[in-house]
Amino acid sequence: MLKVNLRNLSSPLSLLLLAVTLIFSNPAIAQDTADEAETTATETPAADGVGDAAAGEALFKANCAACHKLYKRATGPALFGVGDKYDREWLYSWIKNSQELIQSGDSQAVAIFEEYNQSVMTAFPQLSNEDIDNIIAYTYTPKPEPTQVEVATGPGGGGGSGVSNNVILGVLALVFVMLVVMLFLVTKTLKRIAESNGVVYPEKPARTPLWKAFAQNQFLVLVTSIFLLLAAGYFGYGYLMQVGVDQGYAPVQPIHYSHKIHAGANQIDCNYCHSSARKSKHSGIPSLNVCMNCHKNIAEYNGELDPELGYTKEFYDGEIQKLYAAVGWDEATQSYTGEEKPVKWVRIHNLPDFAYFNHSQHVTVAGIECQKCHGPVEEMEIMRQHSPLTMGWCINCHRETNVNMAGNEYYEKIHAELAKKYGVDQVTAAQMGGLECGKCHY
Amino acid sequence: MASNKKYWKSVEELNENSSIMETLQQNEFAQPIPTDDFLGNKENLSASSTTRRDFLKYVGFSTAAASLAACEGPVIKSIPYVVAPDEIVPGVANYYATTMADGFDFANVLVKTREGRPIKIERNDLAKNGGAVNARVHASVLSMYDKNRLQNPKVDGADASWEELDAAVAQKMNEMSGQDIVLLTQTFASPSTSKLIQEFTTRYPNVRHVIYDSVSSSEALDAFQNKYGTRGLADYDFSKAEVIVSVGADFIGDWQGGGYEAGYAKGRIPKNGKMSKHFQFEANMTLSGANADVRVPVTPSQQLQVLKALTGGSTSGLPENVAAAVTKAKAQLQKAGGNGVVITGIPSVEAQTMALNYNDGKSVMDAAKPRMTAMGNTREVKRVMDGVISGAVKGLITVGVDPVYSFPNAEFAEAYKNLNMSLAFAMNPDATASAAKLVAAVPHYLESWGDVQLKKGTFSVMQPTIKPLFDTRQFQQCLLNWTGRNNVNYYDYLKEYMEGTVLNGTSWNQVVHDGVVESDATLTGDAETTAANEFELESSTSNGAMAFNSQSNGMELTLYTKTGLGDGRQANNPWLQELPDPITRTSWDNYVTISKSDADAMGLENYNVADGGLNGDYVNISMNGVTIEKVPVLIQPGQAKGSIGLALGYGREEGLQKEMQTGVNGFRLYNNFSAVQGGVTLEKVSGVHEFACVQLHNTMMGRDIIKETTLEIFNTKNKHDWNPVPEVSKDHQEIPVTSPDADLWDEFDRSVGHHFNLSIDLNACTGCGACVIACHAENNVPVVGKEEMRRSRDMHWLRIDRYYSSEESFAGDNEKKENISGLGSSLSEYGEMENPSANPQVAFQPVMCQHCNHAPCETVCPVAATSHGRQGQNHMAYNRCVGTRYCANNCPYKVRRFNWFLYAENDEFDFHMNNDLGRMVLNPDVVVRSRGVMEKCSMCIQMTQKSILDAKRAGKPVEDAKFQTACSAACETGAIVFGDINDTESEVHELKQSDRMYHLLEAVGTEPNVFYHAKVRNTNEA
Repeated sequence: MLKVNLRNLSSPLSLLLLAVTLIFSNPAIAQDTADEAETTATETPAADGVGDAAAGEALFKANCAACHKLYKRATGPALFGVGDKYDREWLYSWIKNSQELIQSGDSQAVAIFEEYNQSVMTAFPQLSNEDIDNIIAYTYTPKPEPTQVEVATGPGGGGGSGVSNNVILGVLALVFVMLVVMLFLVTKTLKRIAESNGVVYPEKPARTPLWKAFAQNQFLVLVTSIFLLLAAGYFGYGYLMQVGVDQGYAPVQPIHYSHKIHAGANQIDCNYCHSSARKSKHSGIPSLNVCMNCHKNIAEYNGELDPELGYTKEFYDGEIQKLYAAVGWDEATQSYTGEEKPVKWVRIHNLPDFAYFNHSQHVTVAGIECQKCHGPVEEMEIMRQHSPLTMGWCINCHRETNVNMAGNEYYEKIHAELAKKYGVDQVTAAQMGGLECGKCHY
Repeated sequence: MASNKKYWKSVEELNENSSIMETLQQNEFAQPIPTDDFLGNKENLSASSTTRRDFLKYVGFSTAAASLAACEGPVIKSIPYVVAPDEIVPGVANYYATTMADGFDFANVLVKTREGRPIKIERNDLAKNGGAVNARVHASVLSMYDKNRLQNPKVDGADASWEELDAAVAQKMNEMSGQDIVLLTQTFASPSTSKLIQEFTTRYPNVRHVIYDSVSSSEALDAFQNKYGTRGLADYDFSKAEVIVSVGADFIGDWQGGGYEAGYAKGRIPKNGKMSKHFQFEANMTLSGANADVRVPVTPSQQLQVLKALTGGSTSGLPENVAAAVTKAKAQLQKAGGNGVVITGIPSVEAQTMALNYNDGKSVMDAAKPRMTAMGNTREVKRVMDGVISGAVKGLITVGVDPVYSFPNAEFAEAYKNLNMSLAFAMNPDATASAAKLVAAVPHYLESWGDVQLKKGTFSVMQPTIKPLFDTRQFQQCLLNWTGRNNVNYYDYLKEYMEGTVLNGTSWNQVVHDGVVESDATLTGDAETTAANEFELESSTSNGAMAFNSQSNGMELTLYTKTGLGDGRQANNPWLQELPDPITRTSWDNYVTISKSDADAMGLENYNVADGGLNGDYVNISMNGVTIEKVPVLIQPGQAKGSIGLALGYGREEGLQKEMQTGVNGFRLYNNFSAVQGGVTLEKVSGVHEFACVQLHNTMMGRDIIKETTLEIFNTKNKHDWNPVPEVSKDHQEIPVTSPDADLWDEFDRSVGHHFNLSIDLNACTGCGACVIACHAENNVPVVGKEEMRRSRDMHWLRIDRYYSSEESFAGDNEKKENISGLGSSLSEYGEMENPSANPQVAFQPVMCQHCNHAPCETVCPVAATSHGRQGQNHMAYNRCVGTRYCANNCPYKVRRFNWFLYAENDEFDFHMNNDLGRMVLNPDVVVRSRGVMEKCSMCIQMTQKSILDAKRAGKPVEDAKFQTACSAACETGAIVFGDINDTESEVHELKQSDRMYHLLEAVGTEPNVFYHAKVRNTNEA
């Protein structure tokens, strides 16, 4: 809270200071360079001028993006400026059916086929020449320069406000100290004046010090000690009960994997990676080949950044590189080297051996959302243990949760009988026997 | 109260002037404390900058730092696959069909794997002729995780690479061309391996292939081959038999490969008033004898005569009681006609031929499709043994056999070392592998490809369920490499071979999936055809090794294999070592079994001692100049007088962990590879042996722990007469204990949902012990070792109690008890009833937690760690248990097990749970219990919960067959059936309505959820 207050206090001042810094830095120059870059880039596609780049973009994303990137080699070659490299007619026939071209013995086609590990390019007979022109037009889209403006001013502004905060605080403290000193001096002077005017202060009678009075009052001592004992007991118990409970445990992982980006921003279903949660007791940490399903094509990060916490594009790209190193993926040749280094993740959710928990029971049978136990994973940049995972926590949920029996033949008979027995419509997990020791401990 | 008493410390104090006292007073410490050593050296002392205070500071600081650091929670890592295999989902088990064929046990199995590692063996229901999934097969998964396995090939005792071994072998083979080399292998029963071996011997004509079964069935094979032309073992379907007469054949045990209990048990359950009748004439008390209706102890030398009498000869010369039994058996056989069968374990071709002749054409025997699981020929093997000793054989390649350990002739070991070439294919550094110059490490069957022909026309596939753990290579792959096909993978070879011969268009993938395929394809290069050409067979009248002089002085010895260890190839398996022998209930040992009267004559004793263990005397066994020293003696009720028994497979030392080196090596007496030996003398020697026996009380003393009746009474009388519900008195009225009036407790409503019951049919239970090992594997039951077993601290959740009758029969016991009157009589006669009869009736009873509806354990637990579930299971929350052991004390069934120690990751209990490799077998769904915690059978709640969850996910009711426990799934005989009694369609519901149903100790009123079916014996005389 303290920190927040101070920030509020300093915000108008920091704005002022920001303005000052902005004046002294030179945004105009940066802006100019960016403009220059853009103009130079827009000049390149003018070479041809055929095709609609906007329509091409849509087609590119729908058909080509799985294997091609504009500026970088992926499964297939980088396509930036591809229209300059090859004859237009040749491109038409290649895109419509590359295999045919290869088989016809076209030397250029065979060379490309060999260069890219003989991976067969899907034939696109449905694309018209016009479509292809549009796509080629799109491939001339220049590489956007890194948005220097933002990057340059961001940290600069932030740094400025940091300095200003300290300065303002220092000034304020000085003023405060001065005020106190002045107050002291004023009272002293007033006192002296009063004394010289002959005012006599009455002598205060000596009082028993407070602690002595307290010690002499046995009742008070008794009550206090009882209170202290109770408090010690309360907090002591609380302390001991959290031993071994790792709620909030968020260890540093060998690869900074952000659930926020994957499950949050990209809306990937939990079960896509943790597929065994549906059929096994373990949710399973995905094997790296699952990561590569997407990351074969996603070699760099283009999402939201949080540079203040160090989550820059370079940082994320570096983490993807760690994945490539572990799985043995050579980006240059777009192939696996076979040198695998398994990733040693730090396990976050640790149940003791004597507690049996089955994911599939909860995920598939009960249809419980992952978030119910794991919390808002899609918002977690760093994965942490959300729930206490204590027995009381399990039991509570079993008491409160109705068993999802709809449409499950297994439950039909049992449900009818149990509902009759307990006189309820819905049966809780506890009523199904979900509190029995042996259901989880064996 | 102050006292002036002076206590004398020694007699010397009486003598006032004793010089000894004076010295003692002045010199309190007999040895001077060596203070000078560290204080005397002033230089050192002053040079040290550490003062005493500093030292204390350091200690204080480091303790505080250590305890602070310890507050940090552990960081647990999770490492997913980089590229996950499609079929593996963490937390979900996969099952693979494969086949065990280690040369002793052959069985089609399903292997349960979790996250890519096999953790349990189950039965493969698709396999109709699958062999028995017995205790050893169940335990075999642990043998793979044996840390003492051979981890790489060796050349001249040093670790080597496969290339080095290949080179060394090639060099040797070239050097030795023209010299006699023997390829001595186990029975593979693998057509493709036979073909490969043939190709190998064609390439190296000086190599001769000999099959060696460490426990021989050679005589039976010779007899079969004489009669039917193919080499194999007749297959029997005892479910079709009305009368079974066995002369020395333990067919429920390991006779001719075993695996007959399923069929046998089918005929033993009374149906429509009928069940099979079983006569057993034998020397040792075996599982078959224990299950028989009539068991007659007969020494081996008399057995041949019994067999002759049964198949047409006369009974003259036999003792009176034996003759009478033979006459009865003969009469019944005649009556049964085509459904009567005579089998024998007498190791002579003559006897085996007699049995085959008798059974020829009977419905029970299948001679057209014999079993192919034993192929050895003792004459050939003996020639190899003698050849190595004499030096005629220059090189020996052994595969899957351990002749240095298992050959009877002790000279072989020395001669083996002098061989020009000794190459051993082995999984463990056994005696042969440790003496061999070249060692090839082979993988376990769960890591191998292969094909097995268990029975003619039934082919099974062996597939790996895990990548080889060590640097091993299959024998077959080696043969491919050594015949110049380095680039051919055995898998491809096998697939091509199978597709070309037996598949007949069935898809290879389907066969691998099922694990088994039936085909009538004729194979060329089959073992049996080659055998017929090369071997000289014993004639059908030869009684070979049986020709010992029965008149000579001394005892007759019958060597046998135990349910646990078999021929000893899995001796490093702690589960099997700890499995109590079903008959003697003794684990971690072998011993001489002897009859009570012989023991008395020789002054040999067994007695229980105060620490709760069984002690016994030692003897030296001598035969033909071979002496085994210090063999413990166990007095076995039912042992034929004048005979003794000794188990093979023990006494191995090489390649075994110290704890597993138990017992004595019976193979030293396996003269001529014959299980029966004469002229054996015993000599008592000093010393006391401590057995690890878990059942010290052998009789029921007339109580109805096991209810028994005869087929006649069962058929003719009311249930009330032979299976009454116990009664209690209420208001001077007798009311049944099951009546609610007799109950202290309120009844729970158990009509909703599932209510699990376990049914155990005492007629079908043969005591084989497969369930015990299956339970071990499923529930992470710890191994405690011999010392703890002796203290009855075994952890088995499921035990199989064995009871002897103290009279001729259990009915006699009851009668005797009823007739006891008065104090004097009861004292003496109850005392007598503690001792088993000389030839007792035997009954087995699997006992696990009875999951009482009114459980005595639950009411006494001070922390409510054990509680009742609505589904009928008695739950045990280990994490809640504080170890008061009240529950165990209050349990009338003694099924609760206390963790006296930490059995996992504890060097004091150095079994599989103490090393990383062995822990891989643990079931991840069941927690490993810690010290100070009570545990017990959970009725495999993890399995029932899984079945329920699967049904919920599929959205349909649970099928009856889906409810299983580890023991019910493992039970070959169908004795243990598990299910939901609220499902009126279920098998267990039907079983509960049976007249034979009763609860154990019903009078206690615990209302168990486990019920038994009273044992019915077929005592019909005509």
